[in-house]
Amino acid sequence: MSLKERLEELRQQGLDEIKKSEDLDHVNDVRVKFLGKKGPLTTILRGMKDLSAEERPKVGKFANEIRDELKVAVEEKRQQLEKAVLDAKLVAETVDVTLPGTPVAQGQPHVLQQIIDQLEDLFIGMGYEVAVGDEVEQEVYNFEKLNLPKDHPARDMQDTFYVTPSILMRTQTSPMQARMLEKHDFSKGPLKMISPGKVYRRDTDDATHSHQFHQVEGIVVGEHVTMADLKGTLETVAQNLFGDQLKVRLRPSYFPFTEPSVEADITCFNCLGAGCSICKGTGWIEVLGAGMVHPNVLEMSGVDPEVYGGFAFGLGPDRFAMLKYGVEDIRDFYQNDVRFLTQFDQKG
Amino acid sequence: MKVSYQWLNHYLPLEENGINPTELAEKIARSSVDINDVYSPQNGLKKVVVGLVESVRDHPQADHLHIAQVKIADDTTVQIVCGAPNLKAGKKVITALKGAKLADGTKIRKSKLRGEESNGMLCALQEIGFTDKVAPKAYEEGLWYLPDDAKVGAPVFSYLGMDDTIIDTDVTPNRGDMLSIYGNVNDLAAIYDLKNSFTSHAVVENSSEKTADLISATVEDQDVAPTYKMRVIKNVQIQDSPLWLQIRLWNAGIRPINNVVDVTNYILIKYGQPLHSFDYDKLANHEIKVRHAKEGEKFTTLDGEEQQLKTQDILVCDGERPAALAGTMGGEETKVTDQTVNVALEAAIFDPVMVRKQARRLDLHSESSMRFERGINPETVEVALNEAAYWLSELAGGEVTKGIVTATEAPANSTPIELSTSKVNAVLGLTLSQEDLVEIFDRLKFDVQKEHDDQLTVYAPARRWDISIKADLYEEIARIYGYDNIPSTLPAGTRTLGGLNERQRFLKASRHVMQGVGLNQAISYSLLTKEQAAQFQVNNQDGEPMMLDYPMSSDHVATRMNIVAGLLIDIAYNVARQVGNVALYEQGRVFLPEDGQERPTEEEHVAGAVTGSLTAASWNQEDDDNQADFFTVKGIVERYLHNMAVEGEISYQANHNRADLHPGRCADVLLDGQVVGYIGQVHPTVAKQYRVPVTYVFELNLEPLLSADKRDKHYDLISKYPAITRDVAISVDQDVTNAQIVAVIKEIGGSYLKAVRLFDLYKGNFLPANKKSMAYTLTYQDGQGTLTEDQVNAAFEKVVEHLKQEVGAEIR
Repeated sequence: MSLKERLEELRQQGLDEIKKSEDLDHVNDVRVKFLGKKGPLTTILRGMKDLSAEERPKVGKFANEIRDELKVAVEEKRQQLEKAVLDAKLVAETVDVTLPGTPVAQGQPHVLQQIIDQLEDLFIGMGYEVAVGDEVEQEVYNFEKLNLPKDHPARDMQDTFYVTPSILMRTQTSPMQARMLEKHDFSKGPLKMISPGKVYRRDTDDATHSHQFHQVEGIVVGEHVTMADLKGTLETVAQNLFGDQLKVRLRPSYFPFTEPSVEADITCFNCLGAGCSICKGTGWIEVLGAGMVHPNVLEMSGVDPEVYGGFAFGLGPDRFAMLKYGVEDIRDFYQNDVRFLTQFDQKG
Repeated sequence: MKVSYQWLNHYLPLEENGINPTELAEKIARSSVDINDVYSPQNGLKKVVVGLVESVRDHPQADHLHIAQVKIADDTTVQIVCGAPNLKAGKKVITALKGAKLADGTKIRKSKLRGEESNGMLCALQEIGFTDKVAPKAYEEGLWYLPDDAKVGAPVFSYLGMDDTIIDTDVTPNRGDMLSIYGNVNDLAAIYDLKNSFTSHAVVENSSEKTADLISATVEDQDVAPTYKMRVIKNVQIQDSPLWLQIRLWNAGIRPINNVVDVTNYILIKYGQPLHSFDYDKLANHEIKVRHAKEGEKFTTLDGEEQQLKTQDILVCDGERPAALAGTMGGEETKVTDQTVNVALEAAIFDPVMVRKQARRLDLHSESSMRFERGINPETVEVALNEAAYWLSELAGGEVTKGIVTATEAPANSTPIELSTSKVNAVLGLTLSQEDLVEIFDRLKFDVQKEHDDQLTVYAPARRWDISIKADLYEEIARIYGYDNIPSTLPAGTRTLGGLNERQRFLKASRHVMQGVGLNQAISYSLLTKEQAAQFQVNNQDGEPMMLDYPMSSDHVATRMNIVAGLLIDIAYNVARQVGNVALYEQGRVFLPEDGQERPTEEEHVAGAVTGSLTAASWNQEDDDNQADFFTVKGIVERYLHNMAVEGEISYQANHNRADLHPGRCADVLLDGQVVGYIGQVHPTVAKQYRVPVTYVFELNLEPLLSADKRDKHYDLISKYPAITRDVAISVDQDVTNAQIVAVIKEIGGSYLKAVRLFDLYKGNFLPANKKSMAYTLTYQDGQGTLTEDQVNAAFEKVVEHLKQEVGAEIR
């Protein structure tokens, strides 16, 4: 058998054995057997010195080709077997992907907080500052500085929890308006602020009344603030909270701290004005009270009403949440049933 | 106020201009006062007609029933069985035909009553929708007789004024003028720019006697009754008022009584001027004196109730004897009755505040008191008194004596207000001309005087006593011009920088961290019982809460000094509804009264309460592993304090003395040695009171955290050299704390010691009873190079030695 034939035979044997291999160990054995230092190819290559100068390169070349071919075959086989092993392992690791995921702990902000946060973000974006006041207030700030003198019939509109004749649970967050008006330096521009927080009324709790609820009151006072600005601001709030197409309409009303005073209705977000059960067929929903700050309020806080003026408004997050989400009982907000709280977990 | 469309239409060309009641109501709401309701009394009624009772016979089978033959059309008479005692042949009555619908929804069918056929029903006013409060008393028990000229077979509604539409307005406290037909007519004439044909009737003084010879009137203090006027009408014949007058009253929600009382009520509605009629002959002295009551003075009002008076109350007296509680309610002794012959009529203005106070205190709110509280038009006191006298003469045949007795008289001045056109536009955001303004005030019938191009003087008439300053005129302009015509803009000019301040940002971040660790935000009631309010206080555990003076409910009487109590109430609410896993936090105010302080100090606190587990049970976890315990809550607090980046040393100290918490599972949270909060298990006795299962709570006072320095965000190079760890397990006495051991390790650990972590705690069978085993991993690392084994071993050995010496550790 010529050397060439011998090589050809080795090649065939090697390829056959590689092909037959069924596990990685065997592939390794084949590799050692044919390509190892003591293997036949090495032996043949060592024996090349006995060949003629003419034959030597030919045989050498052929032997190297065979060695490379076997190396490639071994490597391919090895990869093939490794993949099979891995595939089998992965199959064995299969899970039922329809099993429920492991619950994670995540807390939600209260729905009223979400409304307040949304309003805060909106007003901050329009250049308002946020002022938070005390919940136990002086009668003077809660009423008198807001143009609600003692024995004014409008005080009947707000039944009050008194602590002493001069101290009470605030019935509105507007006391902060008086305090901020007193402090504000108008030479640095207008005062634009909102005041969110808890307020209290002496009321019996039922589905639509609560002795505790929330308000976000706002005030803008400067040299050139108009009622048209109030209308535009309220429209922005309504659209931000309830939807783009909504309009605001104003109706005359009465609050001692504003003159003119208005009640603001928005287009019913449910029927867009067509009339439905939510708006009682009117196409409008009453959402808030507002008006132009009463000159007495300005004067009592040391602001010249001849120079400065502006508007104020009071928003009710509880009412907004009830309207927006169809919550039927205001007590739901303060009983904190986890099943209620976690309904409002949509982000963004 | 229930305003009749037909009455308005009498004075204003509404129908003529195609203004229907619904549209009118909408306009009132948009321009003047709010609307409660718009309704027609005939709504919902059907087939209710005029029937003529032709004959009546007794029902053979029933004592109280009668059988009437009732003519219901020219050629139709039907038999109707009726139980009314006042059923009479020859009377025209309200007849519900077969197929009729009544006010309560009843449908009338042909039926047999005790064997007799009945083809309808004869009705009382209540059956067609009159309330008991309004239906005249005389007909309470029986049929209402329609006028004799009513057309048989025609619907009854027009005969009873039920085809009118009532606009029920909700008048704000400032618009007292809208509590009268007069006020409504004036306002609507301006709003629609319509011709106003409101008419008053002048009195004819047809008696030869002089009023002043019959009665005198004095007012002790003019502030109490700025206007007080009287007339006397003699020889009245008390009888029912004519139907037109009764209709006016019942459509306004007032019950017709007799012609004298009805006239006063008619004037009340027409002018908003309450009148009071005294039986002249029951006044012994005929000296009317208006004065304050004496403390404790007693007076029986015409409802028969004896009232206890206070000095601030106002009495109208006959001599010294009280005859009426001014503006609120008349007296039993001097009221007009069926026997009254001579009437003394009072028209006055009383002090609104005093009337309000006495009506409120005695719970005697009435149509009159409501109007006195909101103001009376001084222009029409005398007009109203005169018209009342006119009607008493017309309807009761009374003789009006000559002259009015006047004790006091408030001037009916108009108020001049200077108005600048440019300022109007600057406030309202409009571009009105001076002519536009003049036109608006012309419509309102306010006198206007042009001062110069920009300046007007507007004279607000006395009938609009709500108008006294410029801003009031801005409102008039805006509502007449139309709020819908005001554009929508945003405040222009100086840009302002909005944003939260540092405190607000901290409080917002605080809420986010709490949510991040798995707690749901609760908002509970701040008003609690006294006991709940005082429990679980962070600092002064004996502090007493602030109490409300006049609470509404026994559950809400004191301001909270802690937040945990509210959360426990929430947990109880959940647990009672089978929600077993509850993890809540709340952030808000607590109220801490302090000596010498008018108001309590308000502190911002955050608190949490957890029962069950933080996450829902899962198929791949043991339930027990999930149950919250002391360390769950401690983990939350640790994480929270870390996130809030408070600089300073946080430590946890066992506190066995917090009464509301488990004595062995309670720690104070300290910041640089000051107690800022606590963590603990709710004491089982307290848990039982709140009806909550095992619950772990914490509360932190945020004020010291807010004022503490904060760790800034900064960057530390992460060492690229390997860390080396050593584990040590030691056995120590039970009472040695983790904190003590860690303190020793850290003290002596050397500069390469980066972290100490407890990885095992063991107490039990393999140790003596008073011992426990604790195992820690110590991590060493150097930022500058690779540590050698020798370096680490040396540091570690030192730690081990000190543990032996300082906490009596045995190495295990």
